[in-house]
Amino acid sequence: MIEVRDLRFAYGGGFALHVPALSVGAGERVAVVGPSGSGKTTLLNLVSGIAVADAGDVVLDGVAVGALSDRDRRRLRAARVGFVFQEFALVDYLPAEENVLYPYRVGTGLRLDRAARDRARALLADFGLGAKTQRRPHQLSQGERQRVAIARALVTRPKAILADEATGNLDPANKEAALDLLFAQAADTGAALLCVTHDHELLPRFDRVVDFAALAVAA
Amino acid sequence: MNAVYLAAANLRFHWIRTLVLIAAAALVLAVPVLTRALLAQGEAALTARADSTPLLLGARGSRLDLVMAGAYFTDDLPEPTTMAAADAVWESGLGIPAPLHTAFTTGDVRIVGTTLDYLDLRGLAVADGRPFALLGEAVLGAGAAARLAMGTGDAILSDPENLFDLDGAYPLQMDVVGVLAPTGTPDDDAVFVDIKTAWVIAGIGHGHDDILVEGEDAAAAAARAVQFARITPENIDSFHFHGDPAGYPVTAVVVAPYDERSATILRGRYLDAEEPVQAVVPADVIDALVARLLRIASLVDAVTVVVGLAAALALGLALFLSWRLRAPEMRTAHALGAGRGMIAQLALAEIVLIVAGAIVIATPLVIAVQSQAPMIAARLIALGT
Repeated sequence: MIEVRDLRFAYGGGFALHVPALSVGAGERVAVVGPSGSGKTTLLNLVSGIAVADAGDVVLDGVAVGALSDRDRRRLRAARVGFVFQEFALVDYLPAEENVLYPYRVGTGLRLDRAARDRARALLADFGLGAKTQRRPHQLSQGERQRVAIARALVTRPKAILADEATGNLDPANKEAALDLLFAQAADTGAALLCVTHDHELLPRFDRVVDFAALAVAA
Repeated sequence: MNAVYLAAANLRFHWIRTLVLIAAAALVLAVPVLTRALLAQGEAALTARADSTPLLLGARGSRLDLVMAGAYFTDDLPEPTTMAAADAVWESGLGIPAPLHTAFTTGDVRIVGTTLDYLDLRGLAVADGRPFALLGEAVLGAGAAARLAMGTGDAILSDPENLFDLDGAYPLQMDVVGVLAPTGTPDDDAVFVDIKTAWVIAGIGHGHDDILVEGEDAAAAAARAVQFARITPENIDSFHFHGDPAGYPVTAVVVAPYDERSATILRGRYLDAEEPVQAVVPADVIDALVARLLRIASLVDAVTVVVGLAAALALGLALFLSWRLRAPEMRTAHALGAGRGMIAQLALAEIVLIVAGAIVIATPLVIAVQSQAPMIAARLIALGT
């Protein structure tokens, strides 16, 4: 589902990232660990097409990301990638249901229809937020906000779910609950799950752990 | 459509900021339009009134003060002339004079002492009641009736000139016998009485009981006399005037010459600088005033443009700063597949909604002020001197 081969990316400031090989299969749950500044978030950006590699290949759901135009990369990202951010990145002025549907409001090539809306409501109901669909982020607890963020990542039924410190701001109970939701939905849809995390306590729950410090080269 | 939905949701959520932005934008849009409308209306009102006043006679002095007091009943009064000026026009057979005495007010509404010829000259029709006929009767202009909340059958009291003035100008109670139809001119905001009534208020005429005791000195009796503060059928016969009526004061005399030749002759009679009375063609004075106003208006226009630009820049800055606050949301949108076009649409939709809101507020404001522009302009003219 996600294939990375001999990936190279250089920042202007002298930092260079090299990932010789990384593969995440359909339904597979892979954690990426590594020290801060080692390029974990950059990897997610390269996989999703937010950034373009200087060399090497990223293949997502059979599509070579580097060969696509900017517009097609946005289409690919909107349709096949689900993002979960560390700070949840919810939109403060929208209620929970509209936050879940946000990719349909802004994503290139996506169309908000009844099915999408039903899916959003079903996800929120599954996540225990059925009675809070019209609450705005500031009216929700941390855990509830994270669940809304996860629902937003899943609503488009993505082929790959990229999570960047998705549980970093949660207490232990909510961490476990958030991972449970992510794993269950990934299993349901067969999505590849690539999670960047600093939390070593959670690593046993993943199918595979990639130590980024050993994998990538920082020069 | 999504951009409009998101922009509307954001504006609704930050509703206080949105209202401030919309109100500021509405003012930026409305103020130049309103300023122009009021200036145009003021100019039209000034000119129309001047054009309908063929000739004004008054004491030599400021021509503008004479025109403003005689045609617009403003507060600044010129030196009074005498009734002899009106009599001279009668005797010349060149036109019809209507003397005006505008020195007094009632509830801050100007009392205009005149003759029935003035009502004919201006084409003023009585909408309710009848014109003044007797001493102590008053007819209200339509606007004055509204301001004073009075009508036929009510009584008005002239404002005291000076509480410590023992010499005269005591408040006089007058019966309202009619209300004029509205005309959209300064006549609407005046109270009309017979000029003799105005002279009674001025203390030139008065009425009192016969208190002269046989063998008593007249001066001692006069000191004991209590003047009437109201003219009634019972005491009207006791009212009398002292001195030569030709010497009684008038603010101005409106003259309607019979024809162009008569007007020219009349104007010629008052050309002599030594003559205490001057003849003024109000249209000439007002044209000069309007020309001056137009020069000021162009300055106002320039200032309005600069202030409008400054306000627009401030609005732009406020929008820019609020947009900067949304930078995290834009990063999220980009990560979720939004293009630059979508993000530009979001910004544009917000601006369009604010401008649309401003137009929605500014339009009725402009319409309301424009519909009231004649009244506002008349008030501004009255206040402006």
